Amino acid sequence: MKNLAIKAENISKQYRLGEVGTGTLSHDLNRFWHKIRGNEDPYLRIGEANDRATKGESDYVWSLRDINFEIEQGDAVGIIGRNGAGKSTLLKLLSKVTKPTTGSFKVNGRIASLLEVGTGFNPEMTGRENIYLNGAILGMRRHEITRKLDEIIEFSGVDRYIDTPVKRYSSGMYVRLAFAVAAHLESEILIVDEVLAVGDAEFQKKCLGKMGDISKGEGRTVLFVSHNMAAVKSLCNNGIVLNNGQLNFIGSIQNAVEEYSQLGQRSLNINLLNRKDRIGTGLIKFSDVKFYDLKNKELNTLSTGMSAIIKFYFNNNIIFGTEKKIRFDVGVFDETENRIFQLSTFYQKEEFLINSEKTHFTIYIPKLNLLEGNYILTIYSKIDEDEADWIQNAFSFYVDSGDYYGFGRVMPKGFGKIATEHLIELK
Amino acid sequence: MGNPCNLRKTMKIEQQWTEEIKSNDSLFSINFKEVWQYRDLLMMLVKKEYITFYKQTILGPIWFFVQPILTTLIYVLLFGQIAKLSTDGSPQIAFYLSGITLWNYFSESLTRTASVFKDNAAVMGKVYFPRLIMPLSIVVSGLMKFAIQFALFICVILYFTFVKGLIHPNVWILATPFLLLLMACFSLGMGMIFSSLTTKYKDLVFLLTFGIQLLMYASPVVYSVSSIPEKYKWILISNPLTGIFECFRYGFLGTGSFEPYSLIMSTVVTLIILAIGVLIFNKVEKSFMDTV
Repeated sequence: MKNLAIKAENISKQYRLGEVGTGTLSHDLNRFWHKIRGNEDPYLRIGEANDRATKGESDYVWSLRDINFEIEQGDAVGIIGRNGAGKSTLLKLLSKVTKPTTGSFKVNGRIASLLEVGTGFNPEMTGRENIYLNGAILGMRRHEITRKLDEIIEFSGVDRYIDTPVKRYSSGMYVRLAFAVAAHLESEILIVDEVLAVGDAEFQKKCLGKMGDISKGEGRTVLFVSHNMAAVKSLCNNGIVLNNGQLNFIGSIQNAVEEYSQLGQRSLNINLLNRKDRIGTGLIKFSDVKFYDLKNKELNTLSTGMSAIIKFYFNNNIIFGTEKKIRFDVGVFDETENRIFQLSTFYQKEEFLINSEKTHFTIYIPKLNLLEGNYILTIYSKIDEDEADWIQNAFSFYVDSGDYYGFGRVMPKGFGKIATEHLIELK
Repeated sequence: MGNPCNLRKTMKIEQQWTEEIKSNDSLFSINFKEVWQYRDLLMMLVKKEYITFYKQTILGPIWFFVQPILTTLIYVLLFGQIAKLSTDGSPQIAFYLSGITLWNYFSESLTRTASVFKDNAAVMGKVYFPRLIMPLSIVVSGLMKFAIQFALFICVILYFTFVKGLIHPNVWILATPFLLLLMACFSLGMGMIFSSLTTKYKDLVFLLTFGIQLLMYASPVVYSVSSIPEKYKWILISNPLTGIFECFRYGFLGTGSFEPYSLIMSTVVTLIILAIGVLIFNKVEKSFMDTV
């Protein structure tokens, strides 16, 4: 049986929302008064689960609440969750940037964290000098860096510029060099946060490969946060799903990714008017999204290749008798939050005018080209120059498999996200 | 695929842990061993200061001469000619320059240490290293600028000693490294206390800029201790800078009312301030990212 690398016991992290500073002293004094009388911190009892969508009552919020898990040595663990689920907080606690409010981590081995590449790079210094500086910040000794210098420079692929100040580097070179330093850290545990979102495709592949080597070949423990489910799946063997600061699921990466995509659906599709995480003036406020067929009958299921009309209902707060310019966009995302395409008035029509009479937008889809899977809509509207209403992850729906090409065959799941009309000939 | 990693409730093997990350550490758990392990980082940060400072401008280091020379001339005019404050018989230029050279090092170390959390929030928010390294690197790299201004001061001293024969340096100049160390420790201690408090209580920043100005007048920078009436002397004696400045002037200028016991006082007060600074800093460093 393998040894544990990390054990988290009752980890919680409380943050204070709003303006830190006003009332800080009075809260501190109150805390101190409770402490000398031997009572519990009064502000630890309050606070609520961290759900961005609904505005809370309290100033205090639990970014993480009672997290327990164990990670074995040599495991590659993907940490997944929506934005604000507590992933970054968890990594910050593990990399000792800030401390937990309650609970403790037990760790076996040196932790190196890569929450950002190129932390502390100095633009005036040359690439070589920055390797030493960055390495030292990440906890390497000078002789360790010297020993690995050639390897680092080779991996980064910027050897020609190594004695040039990094302010002359392109952003790609900058990232390459930074990742190269971090990848050559000698630590038993490596924590990586979304750094692969940068650099070109070739280098991303190289980074993924290097991280794979680290966990599989070198037997080091890797914690990896990403929204890129494909990368998470290929790199990790286990997964942790966080939701609103709580541990939702822990287990094999396959199950974790499935759990995550179902999580998305459950939390969506509450009444849109109750959503508080919207941005805009509120001149119109979206209230509902519905699908209809061409005979104006509401649809309960969708499938690839069918015709549909989507109606976006809104509450109209425009003053009677006035007419305003409006832009309306719908972003279509897959379940891992990659944008598939954008439906927009802006690129098709000079201008739309709206008055107080209007109640909904309709979008006519002649032939739905989404393949089987879950999809999420983000709704955006802009009246004159101001955002009127903008709701991210507003609505989710499922598309069943269907016969797109009218040939009688149905593409199985896994053949991509969209179908497209095409003609193949043999000549 | 590996086993789900939570299915091991009954583990009998003795588990080894190298580290524990906890919510509450005791006040005195300062990991000096860790600071020592990161000594290479200290070196690199000092080197970074050096490089950025050197590459900034063509005139670069020249500016460090201009400021003390101009300030000295103004002091000579203002405090020497108009206010006619006593310099214990030393040439006014040498007297004021000695005060300015020391004061510059102290005030700059203090101001920069006091904003260390704010200035380095970007780095500290992303990666862990013993935070003590940052203020340490500031007081060490401040020595660079001090060395330049000190060289200027030495030229002036040589001129007045050998050309004019007006001043007579004595063996106390050998205490200079110790005086520097004391000043570094004092500014480090004060700076850390301020930087720790300002992460939460931002208004203290105003107190600091104002306080440094006041402190300059409560230290023998532009006057000598002997010219202060007896009943106000306790203010000066309780200031650790007094002993340092007096000893420095006594060594180089051969004048002043320097008493070795005041240097001992300075040392004791400095050590106390430094200890308090390190303790508070250590307490705040683990959670400052939440409030800064």
